[in-house]
Amino acid sequence: MIGGLFIYNHKGEVLISRVYRDDIGYVSMEQSFGWKMRNAVDAFRVNVIHARQQVRSPVTNIARTSFFHVKRSNIWLAAVTKQNVNAAMVFEFLYKMCDVMTAYFGKISEENIKNNFVLIYELLDEILDFGYPQNSETGALKTFITQQGIKGQTKEEQSQITSQVTGQIGWRREGIKYRRNELFLDVLESVNLLMSPQGQVLSAHVSGRVVMKSYLSGMPECKFGMNDKIVIDKQGKGAASDDAGKSGKQSIAIDDCTFHQCVRLSKFDSERSISFIPPDGEYELMRYRTTKDIILPFRVIPLVREVGRTKLEVKVVIKSNFKPSLLAQKIEVRIPTPLNTSGVQVICMKGKAKYKASENAIVWKIKRMAGMKESQISAEIELLPTNDKKKWARPPISMNFEVPFAPSGLKVRYLKVFESKLNYSDHDVIKWVRYIGRSGIYETRC
Amino acid sequence: MTDSKYFTTTKKGEIFELKAELNSDKKEKKKEAVKKVIASMTVGKDVSALFPDVVNCMQTDNLELKKLVYLYLMNYAKSQPDMAIMAVNTFVKDCEDPNPLIRALAVRTMGCIRVDKITEYLCEPLRKCLKDEDPYVRKTAAVCVAKLHDINAQLVEDQGFLDTLKDLISDSNPMVVANAVAALSEIAESHPNSNLLDLNPQTINKLLTALNECTEWGQIFILDCLANYTPRDDRESQSICERVTPRLSHANSAVVLSAVKVLMKFMEMLPKDLDYYGTLLKKLAPPLVTLLSAEPELQYVALRNINLIVQRRPEILKHEMKVFFVKYNDPIYVKLEKLDIMIRLASQANIAQVLAELKEYATEVDVDFVRKAVRAIGRCAIKVEQSAERCVSTLLDLIQTKVNYVVQEAIVVIKDIFRKYPNKYESVIATLCENLDSLDEPEARAAMIWIVGEYAERIDNADELLESFLEGFHDESTQVQLQLLTAIVKLFLKKPTETQELVQQVLSLATQDSDNPDLRDRGYIYWRLLSTDPVAAKEVVLAEKPLISEETDLIEPTLLEELICHIGTLASVYHKPPSAFVEGSRGVQHKRLPGSAGSGESVESPDTGSAAGVSEAPPAVIPSQGDLLEDLLNLDLTPPTTTGPPPPASSGMQMGAMDLLGGGLDSLLGGDLGGGPAMGTGFGAPPAAMPASFNVPVSGGLDDLFDLGGGVGMPMGVFNPPKTVWLPAMKAKGLEISGTFVRRAGVIQMEMTLTNKAMSVMTDFAIQFNRNSFGLAPAGPLQVLTPLSPNQSIEAALPLSTVGPVMKMEPLNNLQVAVKNNIDVFYFSCQYPISMLFAEDGKMERQVFLATWKDIPNDNESQFQIKDCHLNSDAASNKLQGSNIFTIAKRTVEGQDMLYQSMKLTNGIWVLAELRVQAGNPNYTISLKCRAPEVSQCVFQNYEMVLKN
Repeated sequence: MIGGLFIYNHKGEVLISRVYRDDIGYVSMEQSFGWKMRNAVDAFRVNVIHARQQVRSPVTNIARTSFFHVKRSNIWLAAVTKQNVNAAMVFEFLYKMCDVMTAYFGKISEENIKNNFVLIYELLDEILDFGYPQNSETGALKTFITQQGIKGQTKEEQSQITSQVTGQIGWRREGIKYRRNELFLDVLESVNLLMSPQGQVLSAHVSGRVVMKSYLSGMPECKFGMNDKIVIDKQGKGAASDDAGKSGKQSIAIDDCTFHQCVRLSKFDSERSISFIPPDGEYELMRYRTTKDIILPFRVIPLVREVGRTKLEVKVVIKSNFKPSLLAQKIEVRIPTPLNTSGVQVICMKGKAKYKASENAIVWKIKRMAGMKESQISAEIELLPTNDKKKWARPPISMNFEVPFAPSGLKVRYLKVFESKLNYSDHDVIKWVRYIGRSGIYETRC
Repeated sequence: MTDSKYFTTTKKGEIFELKAELNSDKKEKKKEAVKKVIASMTVGKDVSALFPDVVNCMQTDNLELKKLVYLYLMNYAKSQPDMAIMAVNTFVKDCEDPNPLIRALAVRTMGCIRVDKITEYLCEPLRKCLKDEDPYVRKTAAVCVAKLHDINAQLVEDQGFLDTLKDLISDSNPMVVANAVAALSEIAESHPNSNLLDLNPQTINKLLTALNECTEWGQIFILDCLANYTPRDDRESQSICERVTPRLSHANSAVVLSAVKVLMKFMEMLPKDLDYYGTLLKKLAPPLVTLLSAEPELQYVALRNINLIVQRRPEILKHEMKVFFVKYNDPIYVKLEKLDIMIRLASQANIAQVLAELKEYATEVDVDFVRKAVRAIGRCAIKVEQSAERCVSTLLDLIQTKVNYVVQEAIVVIKDIFRKYPNKYESVIATLCENLDSLDEPEARAAMIWIVGEYAERIDNADELLESFLEGFHDESTQVQLQLLTAIVKLFLKKPTETQELVQQVLSLATQDSDNPDLRDRGYIYWRLLSTDPVAAKEVVLAEKPLISEETDLIEPTLLEELICHIGTLASVYHKPPSAFVEGSRGVQHKRLPGSAGSGESVESPDTGSAAGVSEAPPAVIPSQGDLLEDLLNLDLTPPTTTGPPPPASSGMQMGAMDLLGGGLDSLLGGDLGGGPAMGTGFGAPPAAMPASFNVPVSGGLDDLFDLGGGVGMPMGVFNPPKTVWLPAMKAKGLEISGTFVRRAGVIQMEMTLTNKAMSVMTDFAIQFNRNSFGLAPAGPLQVLTPLSPNQSIEAALPLSTVGPVMKMEPLNNLQVAVKNNIDVFYFSCQYPISMLFAEDGKMERQVFLATWKDIPNDNESQFQIKDCHLNSDAASNKLQGSNIFTIAKRTVEGQDMLYQSMKLTNGIWVLAELRVQAGNPNYTISLKCRAPEVSQCVFQNYEMVLKN
């Protein structure tokens, strides 16, 4: 299991060090424990943080000790072990640890970590015992790790805390009350595309998330339904009269989905129904992936022409491909330019375009664009003559945007809430649903 | 809240200031001071001097302060064990606290204080906490048992904590179950044979129930534990699979991967014609693909695992090629792994797409990635015949870019394509030759030289090209030198008239001016061959080469099976068995996939054909660099080996199989070698510098040279040291004990002769051992049934086990024994030969031996001389085998025999040895390599003893 956990700043100075097992130091010849640890700590600094090269692997083995690391802005989190641990678990834990820290004190920065080091040690003590991850749901942790002491607790409260931390519904505490029962459902999708210069789709997929903010009293039992092809087809067979063509068009094929731990997986596996008791506040209910019948909101048509050795002519057309009544926002097209660019002239019909030398790209921004429209940019790029034999690698043109629909075609059909003990019913809950489609990695080769 | 100030104080005299503050009466000030201490500790300052002052702050109601003090204690208790005892009382008190959070905190922290003296105080509180009414305390106590076991295993067993822990598997709270499983799994790892977890259908059922209810982490512990279970039959296997599959939809990737591990393993037992088998295969693909949308670090772990999964069951992901396409912004480690999987999935159906992608990648920025992409194109050509032509033209396009490393990489792979499809693409040679000057890497130079030599008859200026390389012959790497030598000999055999001078030049460069024995050997062989029988030379040097295999760098099947059992773990990331990177006994246990259901022979359906092919034909897929001795001795005999054949097939080694001189002298010079007479003068006799050994019958020598550790004879009798007096009668009130140790069929026995030299009858014998280095302990009571009358002797044999408590002894093989009889207790110590501990399964596989030998740092190597030993190497090998020292390979170099040997100690430590025996020299040299170098001295003594008796 995990032998120790360290947090470094960008210089490689240790901000947090928590050692769970002796074995990660150098074996017990040397009595001074502090000195031993330094070796593992320094090994990581020298070999990874200070390494000249780009990181070649997130797992490094130095002197028979394995280091797992993730980086958040300037901060390195490293887990150290000498055993054959579950590597996926270690990384999941490191991410979780980042989530927990963010939930407690916001952005992970050197400043925040130093300001909260006592809290971090307290958290580490709780969520990682002898290198084994324990309950790390912030909802539960916040009930008893507060940095304010837990003096005032009654016996009842204490046992409530412990039963929640270890209980079957570790993500929700009992006795939550709201005057107004309300829930917000966001379907957030990122659409990914890789297109050849000729307009052939090389790969495309949507990775979506259903994020829920729930403000519900008691222990509500929820059931979530969407236009999943498998469910619709099943129902279609039952109803028989439903015309197959229509239902087929409205349903979508989900390649795979994963759920928050509150969802009863065995029920999903057998009946494909999504039922759960939600955590309080914001959380991610599910993630899914689709690859079939994706609506690609934009099409990028590039044209690059080399005029002699010192000039490039670039023309890029973008076409929006959705209902004219809808508006896409925050559109940004990034056209890479060669390293030896000396000057750029751009003309665009809509929005603003600028050459950013530091990023080696022309950035073209359009605030809003309706569906079924087209816009164009053309640029002349002057190049310095070089004797570099290697041709310019021509990175792909990438795009960012936000559209008010789900490119996968996913629709929420219902979200039912049942709470048997308290007297409010499904109708009393105010529900909000919103769809946002964003660009993931949306690239067209040129 | 600006705690960051604690990180900045660095002034002198700080410790004294802190001391004063810690002893302050004001609570706030105390707390501040402790915070400062912790901050100093974090940045690596030694604040152990403050130990008593900090511990004084422990008695407090303030939980925050208490936790800080605990944190300090955990870090420094080890350096101040006596002072740490001061803290014990508070812990014991806290374990009784009404607040369950405090009880748990106390038991958790106490387990982290790794001081032997504290452990005994820990037992009582721990026992209570394991039965606490609050599940939070119980789940913490469960982990604490693992902590205690790590400090003092014996104590945990003696106190019966293991049984309590086993009971917790039936606990009503799922998190307690999960932690108990985690603790037991860890403890079981250090006792490979103890069957601690005792997995049976009932416990499995309990685990599966808990699986649905516990936290994501608990699910991982349980799934990892389940993976160690072997179901009784295919029905049980299926029912477990059915209950595990829902986990594939979990948001936590580790849960998904652990579930995949269980399914991959249990699937082996399902009959292939079962519907459920097909359903399961289909269910596995989507979650694996989903893993690729996780964060990059997890993607990397997932990709390394997918790499294993597609080797074992290519059918799962065969339609998912596109998801492995590289994204421009992927981190380099993700890109390289994706590329590997793309090649594995390449087939006729998708090759066009793959090639288009690869060509795109070959223009990217990262050098390693570009190289790998170019190499991948070559591998596609070899794998999918229909695409070969397109691959070659793509490669030619890339050569036109003139980017140095792209050109070199392309030439290396084109060489392999030539090997695979002879006489098909030679038209491109001209293009290749244009780039001769830009090649600066040995591998590319060697590949180019190979091409020139192989196709010398089609290249008009082949002699000029090769001659140009010859100028800087001594500056080239061995790889290039060897290749050049062979190429020129080939050229000569093809165009003897014009190139005689060239070949003489290279032969003399290789044999007279070179220090490299391999180069010299190869030079002499060619020389002798050419001078005695050019026809045979032609047959040998220009022999048809065996086809190269399609799939390269596949993982060896047994290793692959083991790695599949470790999906999700570090082993699967490194693609190495745990024993290669984990020290000590942990992880030494090799895991295997269960056999398939029903009939013993595994009938694979046609679509799993490639997987079956892999497991049935191991020799074809062993990566060529794996040849043990070659790598070990850095011979570097082969041409570049990405897709090359195993070394024995390469030109230099081929000759081993042939009788080099037999009949050669009688054969007529072939008419096609028009330059016959001229050659007679050119190759009259080898130069005088040739070593004498070459003039004695050469075939014998060569046989030896090429007998790479083939047959090693049967073992001779086992050597057991004679009995010696351990306990003289004078010291033991008349009891004399002499004895020895023997190992028979895997059982170690202590054979003793007890003699009564006193006047009275002796009865009630009992024996006990002190803790010792290898955990030797009596496996049963000492059987001396009859009373021992005066002047009587009795033989007693005591079987020993190696699972006793461990303590390092000096010397290592020292054993302290206490013998009791009705008169008194007597102590003596004796030394057992370390070979008693050499296990019967100590023969390492060549591959593993090679990897391990390289892996062990050179600092761990020790060398010894064994003097006056008159055995030859075979006899020595036989003799040693009797003591479970196994010879893995043998090699003879210039009259010196090298034996490569391995042995495995009962505690899982491997010792590797190289024994050098020079004919006629009674002094042997032995080099030992071991992860625990302390044992080397003992092992050496053992060698000496065995060989001399």
